[in-house]
Amino acid sequence: MSERVLMKGNEALAEAAIRAGCRHFFGYPITPQTELAAYMSKVMPKIGGTYLQAESEIAAVNMVLGAASAGVRAMTSSSSPGISLKTEGISYMAGSDLPAVIINVQRGGPGLGGIQPSQADYWQATKAPGHGDLHVLVFAPSSVQEMVDLVGHAFDKADEYRMPAMILADGMLGQMMEPVAIGEGSGGSNVEKPWAANGHKGGRKHNIVNSLYLQAADLERLVKERFERYAVIEEKEAMSESYMTEDAEYIVVAYGASARVAKAAVREARSQGIKAGLIRPITLWPFPKKAIKDAAENAKAFLCVEMSMGQMIDDVKLAIECSRPVEFFGRTGGIIPTPAEVLENIKKLAGGDK
Amino acid sequence: MNDMNAVLAGFGGQGILFMGKVISYAGLIDGKEVSWLPSYGPEMRGGTANCSVCISADPICSPLVITPNVFVAMNGPSFDKFIDAVVPGGIVIIDSTLVDREVTRNDITVCKVPATELAEKNGLKGLANIILIGKLMEQTGFCTMETMQKTIEKIVPAKKQHLVPKNVEAIEIGMNYAG
Repeated sequence: MSERVLMKGNEALAEAAIRAGCRHFFGYPITPQTELAAYMSKVMPKIGGTYLQAESEIAAVNMVLGAASAGVRAMTSSSSPGISLKTEGISYMAGSDLPAVIINVQRGGPGLGGIQPSQADYWQATKAPGHGDLHVLVFAPSSVQEMVDLVGHAFDKADEYRMPAMILADGMLGQMMEPVAIGEGSGGSNVEKPWAANGHKGGRKHNIVNSLYLQAADLERLVKERFERYAVIEEKEAMSESYMTEDAEYIVVAYGASARVAKAAVREARSQGIKAGLIRPITLWPFPKKAIKDAAENAKAFLCVEMSMGQMIDDVKLAIECSRPVEFFGRTGGIIPTPAEVLENIKKLAGGDK
Repeated sequence: MNDMNAVLAGFGGQGILFMGKVISYAGLIDGKEVSWLPSYGPEMRGGTANCSVCISADPICSPLVITPNVFVAMNGPSFDKFIDAVVPGGIVIIDSTLVDREVTRNDITVCKVPATELAEKNGLKGLANIILIGKLMEQTGFCTMETMQKTIEKIVPAKKQHLVPKNVEAIEIGMNYAG
């Protein structure tokens, strides 16, 4: 294990990407993710990589599209309003079967919103990361260490399935420092990219990377093929953490920053004799339906905790096929819920019986 | 002290966030779990800066400290903002050169250290924050002098290692100040 150092989440994301072999980063500053781009601007020139501050978020994401087309590992990062601008490029990449990593360090919305931590882009990330029939892989770290671990994983899975992957973080995780051990990383892709539109000196037939298909039948066939891949991903790639769920009657479902707060509340509820547990989705798409459904067997009720008005709650209800009540507690606009608030809601759920 | 949940607050430029980093690194060097969360955005740009620091033997759940058991205040507005949030039995350390407030609570330990004045007198301008860490060590024993020495060597950049003795001196002044 490498030495543990203190690092900001944003910087750790950048360093982890570099160690995963990302040498092409295109960004545009926005609070609260700016340290990520700043780190890239310092390090990339020293290691023969590309750091480019584009003229806009749209330009940056299209530069990622270009770099990914050539078969290299490329990344961009932003925060909520900037991600909205990038959705066009994300859709084009999905439609071109291109692997790349997009980082969203979420802040309060809608509109310019605020700059404090939020999880209000869940719907955007998991349901409509761009126009058209598409998904992107969505990973939701809840610690700086997990941010590091998931960046390499996101690059690997993006390459494996030829699709964009998103790290859905938030301002709290981006700004905070925690001890982190950053391993050597994969240093690059193990996946062959015979489709890449790169230089070959006439050695093969040229490749075309494209998302335009004017024949409806061709497009339908392509989209259906893509959805077969998505089905494999839903089967194989869901990740979650279960905490004290074995005998839990009241199960909190929370991801990212709010999962940390929820864990403190679950721990306190246990000490007060309430059988509480936590399921923390690590992948938001694919959603860890099975883990949640399995936990429902012994559970009486669920509580979804989010830093939004309740965007994940429907996925929880679907996962358990509405077999148990699913309540919601959230704060939004940039407010981080407190463990005490979550505990109060667990108690409400547990009613009189302990 | 088992778990330390600290809020450090003052003006931007006083080294509030750096103070938090030093404390966090000391925890890390001692093999504990730590977290550091700064205020960012308009709050900081408007002049006041604060950060939450947690040190624990166990993984840290929420890094945002709402009810601190340690509070260090380096200006009046910060003192006003957080003093009522301190848990009973908590420790409050005040730079009394800059904070002229009277403490009305009697369920907390209050240490008034004229850190800014002590720094100037001893030729340690800008190290008032480090003096306050010294006082915090004396009050809580959150780390040893040996750990702090290592911490300072680690956190002071390689090109500025000549500043290490001054920082150590500042820690000692804070530790030994009886006020």
